[in-house]
Amino acid sequence: MQFYIQQTLNALQVGSVYALIALGYTMVYGILTLINFAHGDIFMISCYVAFFFSTLVISVLAGLPPLVVFVLTMLVSMFFTALLAVVIERLAYKPLRTAPRISAVITALGIGLLLENFMVAFKPVGPAPRFMPELIPNVIYNIGGVAVSNIQIVIIVVSIVAMVILDLIVRRTMVGMAMRAISWDKFTVPLMGIPVDRIISLTFALGASIAAVGGTLYGMAYTIDPYMGIRIGWWAFISAVVGGIGNIRGAMLGGFILGFVEIFTPVFLPASTYRDFVAFSLLLVLLIFKPTGLLGRPMVQKV
Amino acid sequence: MSGNGNLLTVEDLVVSYGSIQALHGISIDVKPGEIVTLIGANGAGKSTLLRSISGIVPLQKGRILLDGEDLRKVPAHRIVELGVAHVPEGRGIFANLTVTENLKLATWIRKDKSKLDADYERVFKVFPRLKERRSQLAGTLSGGEQQMLAVGRALMTGGRLLLLDEPSMGLAPVLVQEIMQTIRAINAAGTTVLLVEQNARQALKIASRGYVLETGNIALAGSAAELMNNDRVKAAYLGG
Ligand SMILES: Nc1ncnc2c1ncn2[C@@H]1O[C@H](COP(=O)(O)OP(=O)(O)OP(=O)(O)O)[C@@H](O)[C@H]1O
Ligand SMILES: [Mg+2]
Repeated sequence: MQFYIQQTLNALQVGSVYALIALGYTMVYGILTLINFAHGDIFMISCYVAFFFSTLVISVLAGLPPLVVFVLTMLVSMFFTALLAVVIERLAYKPLRTAPRISAVITALGIGLLLENFMVAFKPVGPAPRFMPELIPNVIYNIGGVAVSNIQIVIIVVSIVAMVILDLIVRRTMVGMAMRAISWDKFTVPLMGIPVDRIISLTFALGASIAAVGGTLYGMAYTIDPYMGIRIGWWAFISAVVGGIGNIRGAMLGGFILGFVEIFTPVFLPASTYRDFVAFSLLLVLLIFKPTGLLGRPMVQKV
Repeated sequence: MSGNGNLLTVEDLVVSYGSIQALHGISIDVKPGEIVTLIGANGAGKSTLLRSISGIVPLQKGRILLDGEDLRKVPAHRIVELGVAHVPEGRGIFANLTVTENLKLATWIRKDKSKLDADYERVFKVFPRLKERRSQLAGTLSGGEQQMLAVGRALMTGGRLLLLDEPSMGLAPVLVQEIMQTIRAINAAGTTVLLVEQNARQALKIASRGYVLETGNIALAGSAAELMNNDRVKAAYLGG
């Protein structure tokens, strides 16, 4: 029993990171029907922004309370990652908006490769895995035989809070409404007086900053390297598709499902190396029976 | 302000889609407070004209002036801010949003937020049906209700020039009458209207003036009464 509780906690931890990244895929797909294959690498960059900023803050402003360092690091990573995503959108994707969709997809793959290779070649980063400095001193509690670390709790709680905030933004604010309107019919949106290009940029910024929440949290628990975005990006992308790409809550659900797949595969199968096999099989089977994903609805009939 | 007192002036407008020229140099004007109708067969270029006024289709030659201000370099969302409210062909409502959200979205550019409540009330007074259904997804409204929503949304932008593209399309005859009376009431309350209609008889009934568009050219222009009694108009658009 304790074992399963333990694994469930681990699955929630991993799943919340997938969910945070999946949201970026799903939002961009929702408004542009573009799969932003660079998003996993944007997540990777967010980890390095957090890495460098926290290293700097801890050495320059030693003695700052851990909570302050943590919050500052997350905000700075969110800001710079959002900025990067908007620059990429403006320079690389926007000129291709009327081009065949495949051009934008290939461009996205190219941008991903560029980010990875830049980070490998960039001296202060390089190919070696790194540990982010300890933002919050690690404490492990033993609750009835289940080991729970404070980091684990922070990751799960902060992720859920970020998701709730994003969900509220999309559901309740004018910007969120505009995003949903664009996903339905982007040609009518300007007739409402809404600057579509600005909303698209904002969507990229939001998707990147929520990935950066995930990036900062991830860096607190695992090592980071320039190629980390590939596998994690794929898993987050599968999460988005499993939940129903274009659907915000679907991306969250999908993220947690993939978290459980990752953690429980080695429990039921002989090795964790089967996890990609399980994840992709799940995706294939689901797409056969429910092509729109778990929460994706077939488009409401236009009248 | 323009010297000629027009709210809208279109001069020698040429618009093309790729290599297909849809408008071959047309000129129209609309004075403040008028209802002007544009009639013409399928493919004549009526929707194209409205789209170029609201800036979603670029103009190739000619000028469009709103209150004397040249709209050439103005992006579509800013043209709404200048007072043009466009109800597009096929309504263009956001089916995945509720009725209230559709209306709210149209207030994006409104700076006079204090007047919004009064404007919602006005829309709900004109279209009580929308009030009953305000938390319903717009995609689940009937065709007539969607048309009401499309017009209501345009009113919420606070525009002074309302461009209506075939508001009667797909509506039962009773509803057509009703929507025409609504347009007249909206106009009486101070909004200038440029009305595109295939239902020429109904449109000429409420309009003061009209233009007949034929394959991208203005074929005829005149007061509603003149057009209604014109033999060509009678034969081609009023069913003889
Ligand atoms: N997006 C487009 N791409 C290419 N050609 C177009 C496009 N939109 C319209 N056209 C062409 O431009 C011409 C004018 O079309 P428009 O839609 O303005 O006509 P209309 O008078 O509104 O017709 P209807 O009464 O059928 O709505 C037509 O020949 C049409 O085929
Ligand atoms: Mg038309």
